[in-house]
Amino acid sequence: MEIVTPDYGLVFWTGIVFVILLFLLAKFAWKPILGAVNAREEKITEALELAEKTKAEMTALQAQNENLLKEARAERDSMIREAKETATAMVEGAKSKAQEEAEKVMTSAREAINSEKAAAISELKTQVAAFSIEIAEKLVKSELSSADKQKALADKLAEDINMN
Amino acid sequence: MAMLSGLKKIFVLTVLMFTTVFTYASTDDHYAQLHEEQLAEEEREFEVSKMIMHHIGDAHEWHLWGPSHGGTSVYLPIVLIDGGLKVFSSSHFYHGETKGHGDHEYIVGEGPAEGYAMMHETIYKLDENGQLHLEDGHPSSEASVLDFSITKNVVSLLMVFVLLILVMFSVAKFYKKNGAVAPKGVAKFMEPIILFVRDDIARPNIEGEKYKKYLPYLLTIFFFIWFSNMLGLIPILGANLTGNIAVTFFLAICTLLITIFSGNKNYWGHIFATPGVPKALLPIMIPIELVGIFTKPFALMIRLFANITAGHIIILALVSIIFLKESAAWGALSVPMALFISVLELLVAFLQAYLFAMLSALFIGAAVEEAHH
Repeated sequence: MEIVTPDYGLVFWTGIVFVILLFLLAKFAWKPILGAVNAREEKITEALELAEKTKAEMTALQAQNENLLKEARAERDSMIREAKETATAMVEGAKSKAQEEAEKVMTSAREAINSEKAAAISELKTQVAAFSIEIAEKLVKSELSSADKQKALADKLAEDINMN
Repeated sequence: MAMLSGLKKIFVLTVLMFTTVFTYASTDDHYAQLHEEQLAEEEREFEVSKMIMHHIGDAHEWHLWGPSHGGTSVYLPIVLIDGGLKVFSSSHFYHGETKGHGDHEYIVGEGPAEGYAMMHETIYKLDENGQLHLEDGHPSSEASVLDFSITKNVVSLLMVFVLLILVMFSVAKFYKKNGAVAPKGVAKFMEPIILFVRDDIARPNIEGEKYKKYLPYLLTIFFFIWFSNMLGLIPILGANLTGNIAVTFFLAICTLLITIFSGNKNYWGHIFATPGVPKALLPIMIPIELVGIFTKPFALMIRLFANITAGHIIILALVSIIFLKESAAWGALSVPMALFISVLELLVAFLQAYLFAMLSALFIGAAVEEAHH
């Protein structure tokens, strides 16, 4: 029975020692230890949250970059296209202008040629007429140089007229 | 993983069950055998039960080695309150004259211990004739004296105190010096256990933020019991501190008082007007609930005491085989078995500390729980 009967002396000492131990450990051990552990846990949580936030920010930034890049690419493409169009337009313009010019030149040249031709023809006609008249004069002179010849001519003419 | 740990638990439980059965069988055998031999041979040199009871009990000396009389011992101070404070060394008892016989053998004190006698490590006052007055085979109440001696267990208690202060203060110092960083050294070893108490004992059992208030108590009780259990396993250096009912009695009283003084309206409501119970049944329910308040810490007290004492008894009984058979060859059997039980006791040391703290947290948690409807 002795073994299951609490000895008050030992209860007394256990009480004193345990209460002092509880007080000392609570004040000088558990408080700083748990404080540090809690602080560290908070730090870790914060760090994790920050990492998560940074990650999200990075993703957003990346998306933004992608967008920017896309826009830039589109801009570049449109610029190139515009430049190409302008160049083509310029070339086309130049071409058509040149053609127009050439046509104008041709037209004027043709006109000039035509007028020159007309002038030349009319001059030629005048000259030919003059020549003809001269020839005719000379012919007539020779035809009519003798009486026979005059008569023959008259006959011929009269014949032509008769035939008509 | 969950299945593995489940299997492990089953294994541990099975081992515990077998060892317990085995223990009882073996100690019973020893007692039976011993009794027979005692009858046959009154003057026996080695008495197992006496030796075991002496080892697991408290003492006024710290016996180191050698025979119980004439061996090397540290004599501890005796503190008596008997018409004033009386302090003297226990050596005045251990070298005195032996009187009485059989179970009623006692040693008469000498010098400053004159007028007192020690029987089974308990100090009594002698009557005018210098005799211990016995009534029905027990010392009479007149013979009792207030004994606040620094016994073996008190010294062991102080050793645990110093050890805990040294270890935990050095852990605290690490954090004070380094701030909130990853632990190193002794802090690296202690932190997981401190967090285990916080996350697996306090938090799941005490709801909300209330656990913070009780965490220092739970931590102290856990480490106190664990360190005491471990220290008790060391031969020569250790005493059967947590296997002493006075110690477990005080620890259980602490949990009881905290539970009672933390109890909120909801807790007392469940005791004096259990919800859902017809009013007519309350005269039966209230006494049951009131008894329940005390049986819980009572179970705590008995569980710790019985487990640790049993462990000490098994190891001592196994070692005793060698001396009982008076042949060192039996060591081939008894040493591996004692070693196995010793290793098991390391587990039990932790397990019992965990159980005491866990159940304390459970009782406190029930006392501070808010009503859930």
